[in-house]
Amino acid sequence: MTPNSPPEQIACPTCDAIYDVQPGARLSCERCHTRLIDPEARVGLRLLLVSLLSAALIFGAVTYPFLTIKRFWMTSDATIIDTALAFDGPLLFLSIIVLALILLLPALRLALTIYVVAPLVLKLRPLPLAKGAFGWAERLRPWSMAEIFIIGCVVALTKIIAMAEVTFGPAFYMFAGLVILLWAQDKLLCRYSLWKALEK
Amino acid sequence: MTRTARSDGKVGCRRCAAVWPKETLRCTRCGARLTSRDRHSLTLVWFWWLLGVLAYVPANIWPMLETRVLLDASEDTIIEGALKLLTHGSVGIAIIILLASVAVPIAKFAIIAWLALTVQYRLPSGSKARHRAFEAVEFVGRWSMIDVFVVAILASLVQFSVLASVKPGPAAFGFAISVIFTMLSALSFDSRLIWDADLPEEDVPLAGQSDDLAAVQKSAPPQG
Repeated sequence: MTPNSPPEQIACPTCDAIYDVQPGARLSCERCHTRLIDPEARVGLRLLLVSLLSAALIFGAVTYPFLTIKRFWMTSDATIIDTALAFDGPLLFLSIIVLALILLLPALRLALTIYVVAPLVLKLRPLPLAKGAFGWAERLRPWSMAEIFIIGCVVALTKIIAMAEVTFGPAFYMFAGLVILLWAQDKLLCRYSLWKALEK
Repeated sequence: MTRTARSDGKVGCRRCAAVWPKETLRCTRCGARLTSRDRHSLTLVWFWWLLGVLAYVPANIWPMLETRVLLDASEDTIIEGALKLLTHGSVGIAIIILLASVAVPIAKFAIIAWLALTVQYRLPSGSKARHRAFEAVEFVGRWSMIDVFVVAILASLVQFSVLASVKPGPAAFGFAISVIFTMLSALSFDSRLIWDADLPEEDVPLAGQSDDLAAVQKSAPPQG
């Protein structure tokens, strides 16, 4: 950009308020408080590491038992996959929805984010279709419900604690860690910087 | 009054926030389709809203849980289950269930309808109130799915073959579908309309895109 060109403008995606971009300055919408530019959350190594660690936790959380229940002499384990496939017969369709919301979509979003961010962090050219990939990662954001599932576990636990002994398995703690990492990932990502980086 | 991309005769990208001249159809930065205001959005909002309400009816009529303890089997709808908890003395959990599965979904339907109507017919209401309501629906919408997850967890966990078992009932499906449709309804809403309805009548945002952009330019001299 030459010194004489007009300042770049940015329009709040939520409410359309328009602002001039001041290089290096933080910017939030004055009208609806949407976070617009966060210079500290530049697309960087931290974001990539958090995303990779989250992906590893998803793999771990799938394989270990999630909750263990004991009553009399019987023990029963539930993995996340068991839980997602709890509906059978005509309700199988619901199983697929649950599996997608708690596991497949969070995993897909992570994969898309890593695909887009990794080349930028390594100072390489963006991979093909990176813009579309990040667009989808953003579109899927409301449908990734890992944190709701974790709270659901706690609610389910309080319901059966009276009739049986219930303990959390290792996958529960991995999944809880995943929820925290996904939250951190969101805070570490400045969408404006990422789109600017993909534009080049 | 806040300057907007629209009042400046420009169009903002809802995906990446880039600003382009008003005739631009596609954002060169991120590839998203550009509209100054999405006038189809209210049709979609109402379409998904109606499907959400329709799916919510079987969610309350059909059983949510089929519980079997020894030889005693019972099927409960959402409300029956909560009332049963109430009679067993678990007042707290019963209230949480009634709030999460009955009060919140109905409030969501009411708020989305109110938002769409006030924007569509420019009914008296402030943009502050509309914005707060929209944020609430956006935030709470996803959390209604917690009921479906709890049923799934209980069903996969409580499998003591002969002694006790919990099976999800068909209402779980109706409820999940209703939550998804309601989320789609809220996500279809072009939130920028929330602030437009406070503008003077001649800037009516819901007419054809090109016409009303021209009207905005005529009526609003450059500001700032």
